[in-house]
Amino acid sequence: MLDIELEGQSGALHVDLAFQSSSDVTALFGPSGSGKSTIVNMIAGLRRPARGRIVVRDQVLFDSNAGVDIPARKRRIGYVFQDSRLFPHLSVRRNLTYAGLTGRRSSNAIFDEVVDLLELAPHLDRHPKTLSGGEKQRVAIGRALLSDPKLLLMDEPLASLDQGLKGEILPYLDRLHQETQLPIVYVSHSLGEVSRFAETMVIIANGRLKAVGPVTDVMTRLDLGPATGRHEASSLMSGHIGSYDPSYDLSQIHIGAQQIEIPGKLGSDYPEGATRPVRLRIRARDVSIGRLSDQELRLSIRNRLQGRVEDIARESGAYAEVVVNVEGQRLRARMTRRSVDDLELAPGLDVLVLIKAIAIDRRMLQIG
Amino acid sequence: MGGIDPDAMAALGLTVKVAATAIVFGLPLAVAVSYLLARYRFPGHMILNGLVHLPLVMPPVVTGYGLLLLFGPAGPLGQFLNEAFGITLAFRWTGAALAAAIMAFPLMVRPIRVAIESVDQGLESAAETLGAGRFLVFLTVTLPLALPGIIAAMILGFAKALGEFGATITFVSNIPGETRTLALAIYSLTQSPDGDRAALMLAGLSVALAFAAVIGSELVVRHMQARLGGKR
Repeated sequence: MLDIELEGQSGALHVDLAFQSSSDVTALFGPSGSGKSTIVNMIAGLRRPARGRIVVRDQVLFDSNAGVDIPARKRRIGYVFQDSRLFPHLSVRRNLTYAGLTGRRSSNAIFDEVVDLLELAPHLDRHPKTLSGGEKQRVAIGRALLSDPKLLLMDEPLASLDQGLKGEILPYLDRLHQETQLPIVYVSHSLGEVSRFAETMVIIANGRLKAVGPVTDVMTRLDLGPATGRHEASSLMSGHIGSYDPSYDLSQIHIGAQQIEIPGKLGSDYPEGATRPVRLRIRARDVSIGRLSDQELRLSIRNRLQGRVEDIARESGAYAEVVVNVEGQRLRARMTRRSVDDLELAPGLDVLVLIKAIAIDRRMLQIG
Repeated sequence: MGGIDPDAMAALGLTVKVAATAIVFGLPLAVAVSYLLARYRFPGHMILNGLVHLPLVMPPVVTGYGLLLLFGPAGPLGQFLNEAFGITLAFRWTGAALAAAIMAFPLMVRPIRVAIESVDQGLESAAETLGAGRFLVFLTVTLPLALPGIIAAMILGFAKALGEFGATITFVSNIPGETRTLALAIYSLTQSPDGDRAALMLAGLSVALAFAAVIGSELVVRHMQARLGGKR
C-alpha cells in the first residue's frame, strides 16, 4: 500500500526514514515536532524531499533516482489538515464540490453518500466561519473524500478540537474507516486516536523511524517508552463481546478462554448470541499484577486474567514496566520497581493480571 | 455658477476616459506583477520591484520625458508601434492613459502585493491537493481572497490617474480635447488672467470625483470583508 523512503530537511529537523505498510490504516505516531507533518506533506507533494522514493498503491509518486516528482495536484491524495483549511469565501456545498472544478467531478450519488456519512446536509448552505470546529473538520473530510482520492492523509484532524468535540467526531472516523475502502494515513500524537482504528503503527522521533509494525506489537514494546509517552503507554487487546448483565450494567468480553467485564452495554445493535470483535486499549498504569499465595485476599478488581511474564524493563526512576502474555496477547503493566522486586517477577513466571473495569471507558473501545 | 461650460465637460469626459483606460490595462498587469513579487523568489526580484516603484520616487517630469524618448515619434518603441500597428501614443489621449497607468502602477502594486501575501498559503496548498493547478488556484482561491485589497488598489490607482499631471504634460503636452485632462485644464486656467472662477469649479469637480472614488472603494471593501468574515 505504502512504500516510503525519505530524506530531507525541514527547518532544523533532518528527516531520514523508510517504512512500508500494507494496512488499510497506518498511523504515524510521535511527539510534536518529530517530523510527522513534514512526512505527510512530502507524501502529498506539498514539500519536496531531498532524496527518496514515495510509492502509494503501486504508483510511484516520487523517486529522486528516476527523476519522478508528480505534482500535488496529480497525486490524488486527499488531505485533511489539522486546521481544516476550508475556503472561507465558499459555502460548505462549494467547498465540498471544489474538486469538481479541477475535473474530478463526483457523481450526485457519491456526493449524497458523503454528505450522509458525515451528516452535513443541514450545513450545506452555511459559510465556514459560522461552523464549529468539529463541523469544519467534517466538511474538510468530506471535501477530501469528494476529490476521488487513492489515499486519505489525516494530519491530526482532532488536535485543534477540545475533548468534547473529539468525542463527537470520532464516530465519524470509525464510519469512514468502515464504510469506505480508502486507505488512510493517520497522523497523531494521541495514542487513544491511533489505537482506535490503526493497524500498522509507525513511530517517529526526531525525524527518524523508531518502530514500525502491527499496532498491538508496537504498543507493547518497552524500549519505546519515551516515544509513546509513559503516562499514555498502553496495550491493545482483542476480544469478542459476550453477554450483558443488566442488573450490574456490565458487559462481558471474551479474551481467548478468559473473560473480563467492562461497564455499560456494548454493541446493542447486533443480534443476541452473535460474536462481535472488539479492541480494548488498556493503559499500562491501570494494570496490576498479582501472585497467588496461601492467604486469601479479596479484591475489588474483578478483571483477573492469567498470564505469563514475558519481559521486564526497569527504568532509572521509581518505575518499571512488565509485559505479560495473556492468551497470546501482550499486555503492558506499569508499577514501581519495588513491586517488581517484592513479587519476585521474572520472565516465564505465571501471574494474575488485574485490570480495573472502570479504567476501560468507551472511548477506548473499537467495535469492529 | 451657471452651467458647466463645454470645455470643462470635455476635460471631465477625457479625464475619466484616460483614467479608466489606464486602470483597465494597468490593473491586470499590476495583479500579475504583484503575484510574481509576492509568491516567487527569482533572480531579478529586487530589480523588478525597484523598476515598478521607480515612478513613485522619480520626478514625474523625468518619467514623462522617459516616455517621450521611448514612445515619441523618434523613440524606438514609438517607431515600432507606429510601423507595426499604426499606433501613435505621443500627443494623443492614449499616451495620456499610458502615462497615467505608469504613474498609478506602483500605487496599485503595493496594496495588491500585501493582499496576496496575506492570503493563507495553506489554502492554496489545500486547493492543490484537490487537483487544482497553479492558475486555477490563483483564480479560485488567491484572487477572490485578495479581492478587497485589489479593489482598494484599483480605486487608489484610478484616483491617481485622474490627477496625473507632470508625466502627462511632458509626454503628451496639453492639447484641448485630446490630452487636456482636468488637472491640465486647471493648470491652464490658472495661467490665464480671467480663469480663476473656472479653475475653482474644475478643482471642486475633481475633489468630488476623488472623494466619490474613495468612499466607493471603502463601501465595496467593507461589504466584501463582511462576506469573507476575516481570514478564515
